[in-house]
Amino acid sequence: ATGGYPKRVKVVEVGPRDGLQNEKNVVPTPVKINLINMLSETGLQVIEATSFVSPKWIPQMADHTEVMQGINKFPGISYPVLTPNLKGFQAAVAAGAKEVSIFGAASELFTKKNINCSIEESLERFDEVMKAAREASIPVRGYVSCVLGCPYEGKISAAKVAEVSKKMYSMGCYEISLGDTIGVGTPGSMKEMLAVVMKEVPVGALAVHCHDTYGQALANILVALQMGVSVVDASVAGLGGCPYAQGASGNVATEDLVYMLNGLGIHTGVDLQKLMDTGTFICNALNRKTNSKVSQASCRL
Amino acid sequence: MGTVPSALKHCLSYQHLLKEQLWIAEPPAAAHPAQEPQALGLPEYVKIVEVGPRDGLQNEKVIVPTDIKIELINQLSKTGLPAIEVTSFVSSKWVPQMADHKEVMRGIERHPGVQYPVLTPNLQGFHSAIAAGATEVSVFGAASESFSKMNINCSIEESIEKFEEVTKSARNMNIPVRGYVSCALGCPYEGNVLPDKVAEVSKRLYSMGCYEISLGDTIGVGTPGSMKKMLEAVMKEIPLSALAVHCHDTYGQALANILTAIQMGVAVVDSSVAGLGGCPYAKGATGNVATEDVIYMLNGLGINTGVNLCAVMEAGNFICTALNKKTNSKVAQASFSTGTIN
Repeated sequence: ATGGYPKRVKVVEVGPRDGLQNEKNVVPTPVKINLINMLSETGLQVIEATSFVSPKWIPQMADHTEVMQGINKFPGISYPVLTPNLKGFQAAVAAGAKEVSIFGAASELFTKKNINCSIEESLERFDEVMKAAREASIPVRGYVSCVLGCPYEGKISAAKVAEVSKKMYSMGCYEISLGDTIGVGTPGSMKEMLAVVMKEVPVGALAVHCHDTYGQALANILVALQMGVSVVDASVAGLGGCPYAQGASGNVATEDLVYMLNGLGIHTGVDLQKLMDTGTFICNALNRKTNSKVSQASCRL
Repeated sequence: MGTVPSALKHCLSYQHLLKEQLWIAEPPAAAHPAQEPQALGLPEYVKIVEVGPRDGLQNEKVIVPTDIKIELINQLSKTGLPAIEVTSFVSSKWVPQMADHKEVMRGIERHPGVQYPVLTPNLQGFHSAIAAGATEVSVFGAASESFSKMNINCSIEESIEKFEEVTKSARNMNIPVRGYVSCALGCPYEGNVLPDKVAEVSKRLYSMGCYEISLGDTIGVGTPGSMKKMLEAVMKEIPLSALAVHCHDTYGQALANILTAIQMGVAVVDSSVAGLGGCPYAKGATGNVATEDVIYMLNGLGINTGVNLCAVMEAGNFICTALNKKTNSKVAQASFSTGTIN
């Protein structure tokens, strides 16, 4: 049955971090800063700026301090950064960060392959970050990866997603972003997973982070909205491929998401034209075509 | 999110997960009562109408040789698709891609249980189609006067009169007729299209004897919001079981729009293998939604289609190779990348 929709949706822009992190070409620092500054003019309220992770692991994010210090910080806009551990957190705060994110996963194998420890151990590491963040009054956003499928484990149980989400929420994350990391989810699995998670975490604290690798992202987001979720992550121009399927797409494009929300009469505060212009800018800089269909289409209504 | 080995395509668990979603062997039994489509308020079965060989190829720049078209249709016939739109009996002056309509119609294998409709814009085309062995035809109306004028050089009313000739002859010969309504969610010339206008044209086509009305978002501008409003208006005039949606993915909205339609009870969806067929109104943009991506979504919803997704991907791979182009299907792109399909 078609449910009602939220009146407003908060769009969390992850292009400069999740997007660029999964782009092959390393982007110069001034280009990253300009990208974020342009995004700041579109009406977006949250722009994930960078990741305070070791440059050995993620060369694209090696300039995290310069980016954090170089961007214009507009009042009313949040610029969260990833912090995988206490060291990263401290570096982030020293560089001026006012909000951080931590990344959990609903899959043991994924956690092992990704950060070389168990889910339990990863949460213990995050506990240190949570403690320090609490003392510094820094809000923390929690991500849960592989919520609709794992490249190593295959199927993921909704109960596991709920368990990890609940733990991160209880630790003090103000919001939990549920990520369909490999984009295999469909409206069926999205609905089932959310129904279980919503028993443990209030829907007002939930976000969805859908990948469009199988073209399902907007349909999955639609179902999430119907269930009351009102925070959606997206990446300008659909930046960021999928590390698990070479040549395939990754993040859903912010332009395509905003187009859909506009059509549903849902308020986002985002200026679609300015967003498209920003997408054009970064695609030119990356010398690649946009992944946004709205951007690709030239006819206007 | 950290480094990942690129040898992931050999990851058995991932392939296993995908095989379940891709429905290679049998549809996975719903693990959860909550996953039954009826529990979600959805139809148990959705009929997929494959329009790749006609709508798809018609909007491809490269002219495809007749034998390739026939091979494509023959491959599609083996996938479980219940309906495959074969060709168009329109003047080759207008649509050169469809100039070989007779040869294609006569050359294809006809599998039992599969419908092979063809487009017939007028009585002349209809007679030609029947002579070539067609057993089902389609007529194309539009919900926009400007579109009708620009596309077939007459008003909506005049086009309806032409179609009435076709449906009358068809009725006499027991040939079913499917009706299409273009520009159901927007027009490249008029912009906004009123839902009531769509309902009015649909009703005319239905009353003259079309067994099914396919509502086309011709330029792909629709969203779940406009889809819902339009369907609400049309459903006042036409029974749900006689409705189909034909969504274009030009703005990436197709699957969300199709989901909305299915949630409202629509159980017939048009799509095109490999997402063949660009948009003639937006250069470089995509057109038809890809059959593979639709089936992937329906499989995930536990909805039966009778279609083998892998077989469709193989047919898609065949035609893309022949056209020397990349597939527009994200499922196909991802599946070939992960080595799930070779």
